[in-house]
Amino acid sequence: MKHAVIEANGLSKVYGTGATEVRALDGVDLDVARGEMLAIMGASGSGKSTLMNILGCLDVPTRGSYRLDESKVDGLDRNALADIRNRRIGFVFQVFNLLPRTSALENVELPLLYDRSGRTVDTRALATTALDRVGLGDRLHHEPSELSGGQQQRVAIARALVSEPAIVLADEPTGNLDSRTTLDVMALFQELNEQGVTILMVTHEPDVAVYCRRVIELRDGRLIRDEPIVGRRVAAEDSLVEEVA
Amino acid sequence: MKARRLVMVAIQSIVKNLMRTLLTMLGVIIGVGSVTVMVAIGQGAQDQIRKQVEGLGTNMIVITPGSSSQGGVSRGAASFNRLTTEDSDALQRGGFLLSAVSPVIMAPAQVVGGNGNWRTIVQGVDTYYQLIRDWEVSSGTFFDVSDVRSKKKVAVIGATVASQLFPGSDPVGQRIQLRNVPFEIVGVLAEKGQTAEGNDQDDTVLAPYTTVQTRLAGRMFIAQILASTSSPDDMPAAQKEVAEILRETHALADWEDDDFTVRNQTDLAETAEGTTQVMTFLLAAIASISLLVGGIGIMNIMLVSVTERTREIGLRMAVGARGSDVLVQFMIEAVVMSVLGGVIGVAGGAAAALALARVTGWGVAISPETVVLALVFAAAVGVFFGFYPARRAAALHPIEALRFE
Repeated sequence: MKHAVIEANGLSKVYGTGATEVRALDGVDLDVARGEMLAIMGASGSGKSTLMNILGCLDVPTRGSYRLDESKVDGLDRNALADIRNRRIGFVFQVFNLLPRTSALENVELPLLYDRSGRTVDTRALATTALDRVGLGDRLHHEPSELSGGQQQRVAIARALVSEPAIVLADEPTGNLDSRTTLDVMALFQELNEQGVTILMVTHEPDVAVYCRRVIELRDGRLIRDEPIVGRRVAAEDSLVEEVA
Repeated sequence: MKARRLVMVAIQSIVKNLMRTLLTMLGVIIGVGSVTVMVAIGQGAQDQIRKQVEGLGTNMIVITPGSSSQGGVSRGAASFNRLTTEDSDALQRGGFLLSAVSPVIMAPAQVVGGNGNWRTIVQGVDTYYQLIRDWEVSSGTFFDVSDVRSKKKVAVIGATVASQLFPGSDPVGQRIQLRNVPFEIVGVLAEKGQTAEGNDQDDTVLAPYTTVQTRLAGRMFIAQILASTSSPDDMPAAQKEVAEILRETHALADWEDDDFTVRNQTDLAETAEGTTQVMTFLLAAIASISLLVGGIGIMNIMLVSVTERTREIGLRMAVGARGSDVLVQFMIEAVVMSVLGGVIGVAGGAAAALALARVTGWGVAISPETVVLALVFAAAVGVFFGFYPARRAAALHPIEALRFE
């Protein structure tokens, strides 16, 4: 078996106490191996965002243990969590979250600016490489307003990749894109996954989930489905088909 | 994260919001600018007064008749006049700490000669007067000891009198009449300008006190005695010595108060400087209020900026910024803005002060201390008013910040 990059056991998140207690997450076990491409599905209120926040070290579980990249994460303080996000996790958001009036290159450099590991890195070169990887090597100095939605999301993906994280967490990455661009972005995710990048993707669209390798589904804070994708599709091929049609 | 990178991030954010930055800085620019102008004017006035006081002469002691109080009741200076040339003679003989002594007899007189006539004050003095007042002659010579002894009718005239009666020509050797007594002009005094009180020191005629006493004043009492010491350190001891000698010549009993007043020009200078210093502080304090308002402006904009950039803060935290990174970023933004505003304010204030000096003729002085102080104040304003907004930014929770609409 491949090495587990995520090992989560009995993750629970409880908001409020007593009568007003809400269990957003209720004992979720999840193992993710290196090189996986996982779709996290569920209706709104199912707890998928909470799970995402905990896996992304933006939030801490009320109960349960979480090991990321073989090191314990639960029980760490704010600063330690910030450092883990910086080095081990790449985020892609639905609304891109790029800094306005800031070039693609500077946007991608951003995580490297907060790197405390002390390794002296040529941030500019790393950012350039990351943008090359998402096919925007010729748009380094464009600002977000000069880029299309698909290109902006590619910049955001480059930003997630630049620090060579253990996992890339994408929260509805195609939610703001049309179907054509969605295929492009999914093709990019698949390409990166082929290169060995571990990707976790929250989505509520089955059409998007079919490009992943494995899917889990949450309902009322519990895991109700965990299975490999049968009949996985290749986004690059679908893209060609759409072009012909 | 390296400090250099934090500074870079802050500067990026400042440059990317240039208009907002400029408007924010405006408050600090005006505040620092007005402090600079006010302090420049105040210090200029102080410098001018110091120069004028120094122009009175070096290490000068002024003895005037009358005591400031008698038995605790103030009688006002010159309430009765008991200074005589005997007193000045006694000081000359017995004052070991005094390097020069001169009586001054004042007599208002109409000067006739040359182009017409001119009303001025004739001062009967000894030759030492020139030394005490440190007063050069621009033409001719000062009268000498033999002139004084022989009560010669010679005069040295001030620059104002010279220009009134003899415009464009050298008065030396010319004759003038003082109360119908003919005097020969032997010298013209160099220009000395106004006193701190605004009196024209050059509007005078100096003559041997012996001559003035017998020919013009016709009385024995004199207006004041001037003396000087060779070193400022001797001042206190010399003043005490003067008092002792005068008490002896006036035959005052132990229980009697002094019937004369001994002052030195340092006292005068200190009083005058103290007044202007208070004025400078007052002006600076008023100007500081605008700096305070500027600081509140910074805080205001920074708070708006934190709200406006909540998502950006959330994103920065998501990609690994610690709370302290965000805090420092916003602090640097505030301080850079206020210091930059301070630099522009000092430059603008200095320019305004110099322009003001040119237009009004006031003396202004911009010292390095003023510049440094203004900049330090500006930075302090940035730190003080930038802290609260920065704290708010740093305390944001990344999830809520990212979700903020």
